[in-house]
Amino acid sequence: MPVIVKEPKEQVKKPQESFWKRMTRHQLFIPLAALALLVLFNLIADPSFFAVSIKQNSLGNPVLSGNIISVLDNASELVLLAIGMTLVTASSGGQDISVGATMAIAGSVILRMVCGGQVSADSPCMPILLAVLIGIFVSMAFGAFNGALVAYFKIQPMVATLIMFTAGRSIAAWINNNELPIMNDVSFKYAGTFLPGIPVPTPIFITIFMVIVFWALLKFTNLGLYTQAVGINANSSHLNGLNPQMIKLLTYMILGACVAVAGFIRVSRSGSINYSRIAENIEMDAILAVALGGNSLSGGKFNIYGSIIGAYVIQFLTTTLYKYEVPSTALPAYKAVVVIILVVLSAPVVREKLSHMKRTAGKTVKEAT
Amino acid sequence: MQEGAVLEMRGICKYFPGVRALQDVDFTLREGEIHALMGENGAGKSTLIKVLTGVYPKDGGEIRIKGVDGAVSIHSPQDAQNAGISTVYQEITLCPNLTVAENMYIGRTKGNLTNWKEINKGAAKILETLGIPASPRQQLGACSIAVQQMVAIARAVDMDCKVLILDEPTSSLDEQEVEKLFGLMRDLKAKGVGIIFVTHFLDQVYEVCDRITVLRDGGLVGEYVIEDLPRVRLVSKMLGKELDDMADIKKDVCTAEVSVDGVPVLEAEGLSSSAGIKPFDFSIRKGEVNGLTGLLGSGRSECVRAIFGADHVTAGTVKMNGKPVKISKPLDAMKHGIGYLPEDRKGDGIVGDLSVRENIILALQVMKGFFRPFSRAQAEAFADEYIKLLEIKTASSDTPVKSLSGGNQQKVILARWLLTNPQYLILDEPTRGIDIGTKVEIQKLVLKLASEGKSVTFISSEIDEMLRTCSRLVVMRDRKAVGELSGENLTQSQIMATIAGGDESCQ
Amino acid sequence: MKKFLALALSVAMALSLAACGNSGSGAASAAASSKPAASGSELIKVGVINNDPNESGYRTANDRAMREMFTEANGYEATFYNNNDAAQQIATAQQMIQDEVDYLLLSPGSTTGWDTVLQDAKDAGTQVILFDRMLEADESMYVAAVVSDMPKEGVTAVDWLASQGLDEYNIIHIQGHMGSDAQVGRTGALDEKVNAEGNWNYVVQQTADWDEATAQQITQSVIDSGKSFNVIYAENDGMARGAVAALDKAGITHGVDGDVIVMGFDCNQWALQELLAGNWNYDGQCNPFQAETINEIIQGLEAGNAPTEKIIYTPEQGFDATTISQSDVDTFGI
Repeated sequence: MPVIVKEPKEQVKKPQESFWKRMTRHQLFIPLAALALLVLFNLIADPSFFAVSIKQNSLGNPVLSGNIISVLDNASELVLLAIGMTLVTASSGGQDISVGATMAIAGSVILRMVCGGQVSADSPCMPILLAVLIGIFVSMAFGAFNGALVAYFKIQPMVATLIMFTAGRSIAAWINNNELPIMNDVSFKYAGTFLPGIPVPTPIFITIFMVIVFWALLKFTNLGLYTQAVGINANSSHLNGLNPQMIKLLTYMILGACVAVAGFIRVSRSGSINYSRIAENIEMDAILAVALGGNSLSGGKFNIYGSIIGAYVIQFLTTTLYKYEVPSTALPAYKAVVVIILVVLSAPVVREKLSHMKRTAGKTVKEAT
Repeated sequence: MQEGAVLEMRGICKYFPGVRALQDVDFTLREGEIHALMGENGAGKSTLIKVLTGVYPKDGGEIRIKGVDGAVSIHSPQDAQNAGISTVYQEITLCPNLTVAENMYIGRTKGNLTNWKEINKGAAKILETLGIPASPRQQLGACSIAVQQMVAIARAVDMDCKVLILDEPTSSLDEQEVEKLFGLMRDLKAKGVGIIFVTHFLDQVYEVCDRITVLRDGGLVGEYVIEDLPRVRLVSKMLGKELDDMADIKKDVCTAEVSVDGVPVLEAEGLSSSAGIKPFDFSIRKGEVNGLTGLLGSGRSECVRAIFGADHVTAGTVKMNGKPVKISKPLDAMKHGIGYLPEDRKGDGIVGDLSVRENIILALQVMKGFFRPFSRAQAEAFADEYIKLLEIKTASSDTPVKSLSGGNQQKVILARWLLTNPQYLILDEPTRGIDIGTKVEIQKLVLKLASEGKSVTFISSEIDEMLRTCSRLVVMRDRKAVGELSGENLTQSQIMATIAGGDESCQ
Repeated sequence: MKKFLALALSVAMALSLAACGNSGSGAASAAASSKPAASGSELIKVGVINNDPNESGYRTANDRAMREMFTEANGYEATFYNNNDAAQQIATAQQMIQDEVDYLLLSPGSTTGWDTVLQDAKDAGTQVILFDRMLEADESMYVAAVVSDMPKEGVTAVDWLASQGLDEYNIIHIQGHMGSDAQVGRTGALDEKVNAEGNWNYVVQQTADWDEATAQQITQSVIDSGKSFNVIYAENDGMARGAVAALDKAGITHGVDGDVIVMGFDCNQWALQELLAGNWNYDGQCNPFQAETINEIIQGLEAGNAPTEKIIYTPEQGFDATTISQSDVDTFGI
């Protein structure tokens, strides 16, 4: 191409960025560092925290037991929510605060399906997988409702999802006529406990499966590129042939699917549901996981693995606090302190300072030599 | 300090990671002068302004201001304001959700009590004296961009400043508004205010400025009295090399091959859109470069947006290569081989946080489909090819596009559309706010594309630019196509006359 | 795709609308029941303000009992309102007083903020009967309060536990929402005993906020750290079930003939069935059926007899797995 103006040949010399700087700049630095700190703390305070043993469960199966297993097991629901929440945050620059309530709905639907509307059932009335698919469908419909409010009616996500946040648990109760159905069949509890003969809790497998699904979605489709483009600049995305509304809606529906699977795990743990208590306040933990993962809550670029690690950090912290028997009343306070530290550390301003600190130190050394 | 100087900057240095943004730059502003700060994008103009206004801390050098002994330290925009330095930036930095008056006084009221009545009254007075068509109680966001810009200037002017910095203030203003602004600048100059004027419009520099300081690659080239520096020399100083006169771009070479007969590449009839454009006809042939011109708000952009399907099309038919097509959304247009570089680079063009690579492949990727992403290697190859081809200055293809200079951002968007290999490319103000070197490159590129048989619609506020590139011009006025000029009629005065309309006199 | 979305949306909207209709049925049923009875005898107008029935199985049973008692067939014209938010309750209460209800039946969402309502009621001649929950006011401001004696529930449970005659009591104590009446009452007796007796110890004392999953995690945590325990004292049935799920995972036996004694509260039907099956050991009753007692009080007042006691405790008992019968499950299960 003929270009009459040539750029100056001499390139500005680019100093090699130090390892420390590149590391602290990396988005996963804070969540990984937080995880490492928690691990370190437990190693020093009581290494037995990491002990894993094999026990026989009440059905006579050998099962793994230990704090680490508990963390991985109990974080499952939160990980799934964090994945969906990350996408919603990226595309719409806001959060869905109705995930806990929608989990109640999904759980309620699944229980209603397997119990066939009875209060208590000893064997599933329909294949469990089918019930879960119906649960996913209903949950995605509610996701679509939220997404439509956000995408087409341009309501702020927090306000739009406030509707389901308020009404969701009543809807969940209404689905089962205000009864609390109980599913006594052991096979229903496989998803929340153990598969026969397999010593690792099933939720861990479900989580791994879902993470792989999302890894594949991000790798083999343009979901990541599209959601980020829409979240950063919807106008520009529109002019590049994307349909920003549709993509926002899609992310809310994907979150709906994640919520349904999380709801299934939760009701499967006990075979029952308590509409007002199930997954209470989990939306806050899910949002926190996204933030801890180094993702901006105002949307745009995201790293889904950051959110996943963030979710495990939160569960690790909870389990650690239980282990050290922090008094009931002080528990939220301890959690809050740790969370504040993590959030402040992951704030861009502080991270800039962090990498700067080391840089200026390095500079003075250079000048001295 | 020198006699008569209001501001002296000596040996200013500023480094960014990996970049030497300013190296030993001196700058002197005298009382009652308008001083142009010139340079290509990336020359360091904006950085110097930001150091002066306390947005960036400087890494070396000193700043002196008249009436203050010794070097002043400016650590924040507030410090700068207190020192009598006011700034109007290229991008509007006011709050669109506040009223005009609130914007003019925000952060300036002393004490906690605010007398809104007084403020509205004061604002009304200033707006009136400056002839700005806005009411103090109007919400700023509801005003046109031009008025918002003028409100920003009014705010700065009212702050009783010794030094007024205007950073690309005219890029969103039409000619009358520019004239009004120049009148205002001359008034202030007469009052002894020193004005630093940053612009890409050479004409404006020669119309209003007294002195020019030229920067290049973060270093000082020199300070000149305007009479001593003819245009061509200014341009060569800015570019650091002798430049063939820009008028040398010969269009006859490229446009000669336009086939006059044959079916138009695109032909629109009675097209109108929800953005309020009156039904218009439009056509372009293979290998043709045509232009849309008119004043700000005359409907140029709305016109091409309707063709591209960016706004809701309410009526009309479109034929491409003789076949009727339906374009109701951008994706339809893209699939028919149309590319569109929008007017508002920041708001509609770049996807700021995404990398240069992602920005380049975006349109082609969307066309390819949701389930068929490009491999990383493929995307890298595309990006690298166009970074090289268009000489995009970027650290790597991974750099977020927002950290590039304006001209390079524009090249990224050009690359995005070139990658889709369009048969028809619409360029809406591709040269606004970018440096001369890149402007010329883009003009050359347009002609080259045409010579390769592509059709291009070129929109620009600078008429000589249009004259150099287009073989046919459609003139817009009041959201209506009012005339079409080509061949011998394609002269500056004829265009002006058509823009101004039958009865009004041309300039 | 678009069609599918439209369908999905309309389903979601229809569901939420239906649900709204459902939760708003308090008002709807009032309209239905406001028609005068065919019998011609004067109906007693009552306004019932209760908490959200979805809160727990206990509340569901309580709400249902109230709705079944105060019907036209029983000589009442009743208006029902359910909300956990005290501010909303107060607004509704004032509305009911203006509508000149004869009796205001109130289960307050919070203990304070009711002074105006009570005064207005007094001025309007409306008689206030509290049920299930108390509020902070002078006794003269209401006719009677029909409540559960939470501390007594605790004492009953702790006495039962003491009667098991274990050598050592190593207790996992899973508390309800901190500060709630039920938590304070049920914790009090146990705290006292643990402080008093040398062989009573807490392995852990932690709140699970009435949540089953949290209770499971807390128990899991104790098991993971290898501490030994032989009693689970959970302050409601759901949390007891969560704790048991953790025991099952680790293969720890529980219930009658098991290693760990499991105690719950509220007497949900399913919980009593666990007792009957020997999986749990004890369940303390929290009687939600105050409607009967309230009816008796109102009938007494109508006949001119004021209740002898201001605060009337509903009778409550604890059930032992070794003695419970199917008829107990049917009668007392909620």
